[in-house]
Amino acid sequence: MAAKLILSIDGAVIKEYPLNKDRITVGRHAHNDIVIDNLAVSGEHAAVVTILHDSFLEDLDSTNGLEVNGTPTKKHFLQNNDLIEIGKYKLKYINDQITQTTPADFEKTMVLRAPVKQAAAGIEKSGQTAGMGAADKTGRFESHPAKPPVSPVQVAAPATPQPAQQAPQAESNQRTAVVQVLTGTNAGKELELVKNLTTLGKPGLQVAVLTRRPHGYFITYVEGEHFPLVNGKALSNQPQQLNDHDVIELAGVKMEFYFKG
Amino acid sequence: MKIQDALEIASQTDPGMVRSHNEDSVAYEPACGLVVLADGMGGYNAGEVASGIAVSVVATEISHRLQSASPADRDDASGDELAVSLLRDYIQKANASIYHASQSQPQYSGMGTTIVSGLFYDNRVAVAHIGDSRMYRLRGETLEAITRDHSLLQEQIDGGIISVADARLSKNKNLVTRAVGIDAEVVAEVHMHDVLVGDVYLLCSDGLNDMVEDDDIQSTLYAMQGNLPLAAGQLVQMANDNGGRDNISVILVRIKGRYAASRGRLARLVDWFKRNIS
Repeated sequence: MAAKLILSIDGAVIKEYPLNKDRITVGRHAHNDIVIDNLAVSGEHAAVVTILHDSFLEDLDSTNGLEVNGTPTKKHFLQNNDLIEIGKYKLKYINDQITQTTPADFEKTMVLRAPVKQAAAGIEKSGQTAGMGAADKTGRFESHPAKPPVSPVQVAAPATPQPAQQAPQAESNQRTAVVQVLTGTNAGKELELVKNLTTLGKPGLQVAVLTRRPHGYFITYVEGEHFPLVNGKALSNQPQQLNDHDVIELAGVKMEFYFKG
Repeated sequence: MKIQDALEIASQTDPGMVRSHNEDSVAYEPACGLVVLADGMGGYNAGEVASGIAVSVVATEISHRLQSASPADRDDASGDELAVSLLRDYIQKANASIYHASQSQPQYSGMGTTIVSGLFYDNRVAVAHIGDSRMYRLRGETLEAITRDHSLLQEQIDGGIISVADARLSKNKNLVTRAVGIDAEVVAEVHMHDVLVGDVYLLCSDGLNDMVEDDDIQSTLYAMQGNLPLAAGQLVQMANDNGGRDNISVILVRIKGRYAASRGRLARLVDWFKRNIS
């Protein structure tokens, strides 16, 4: 089932439009795929470019602009249930095919048949990769620099709404845990375990890691002369789940693990 | 230092949480510094067959050829170093085997596989790949993908249609634009990279990098580089904790020392004798 846009005004549905073309346009003029006969709407107001299962919304330099989920937008990668507003009109984007089929079917790797690219056959110098050439379907989208990868600090507040099929993040249903140093020069210092993996010690010398998993926090011995102690008992090679107020001892330094709040 | 002493290798492969069988294949030949990973596709068990053929052809044939030759030798036919032509030629040979099997046996029709392979020699690594299985390198604290997927999504990223951040939300994942065994001919992308002592190389199927953020891969490799088998297990576990929707395979290679190829005719003659006598 193709994705679709549902046009409505004041909560009353006017029509559904399947996104069954590479590019559909929205505007006041009659030649648009979605015609909205209203003076607040530009002759050619917006376009939706669809590449297989992904659709991209673009404002075609309209006079009054458009909003997606309440935010004025020039260009937007549409996600299921996004609400596009053009004046008083609303277009709801529906693309729920993944929830209608078993996820496993969609995860299967498939091949897009394309001629072999001879240009990539040669050997390039270290660090350089062959330009693959943009897809012909680039459409009207101008190139813009890719955003840098999200840093761990920003992970908690994603800029874009998470779609339903994303795996639930571990933090959603888990209390934050803290490790507080009890002895030594850093006594009193607290370390919030906000990342999925937190390193204790120094790589190459003595390392244990604290991992955050869906069902709790675990400590694992990685390397070093001494196995860390939990409540006075040495760890084995297996990860061990941590309980509230467990005391960890690594290289002579004692730390307390506890849940916050 | 001999190549098998200079490298530490660990590997793990897992069907994940959703799939009933594992269509990934992995192999490594420490004696000649070769690692291979493939992610098969096709109905019933055809994916396993395709990735199995690819891995065994590349691993067996290349290690056999390297018993009587050095990867740094010049290949007369192509003018490239032997490492490069071996990877290219035997991936092409694997392609032909899979293609012919799929043409002659209806149950294997349309099967294919991705492949990523590294041949470590002379303080370098020759990396060949087709499809969306990747090689990453951890150097210092920096993790970098040193292969670029042959996938629709990567082409869209290159074309500026979609940002790297948005690409994680795309529903067009898993569409590869190049694969082994689908057409009569395929060309592997081969690159040469300098290797430093302390580097950690990760080969993985998309079951890892689709489920685990690069940041988490980085912190795992950095924290656990002193214990590679544990690191491999941790990566698989994180993919499974996040849903494990695909098979997950990883090969880790840590560079423990320098491994320059012998230079000069005499040194190479001695090498040749050593290889053939021992």
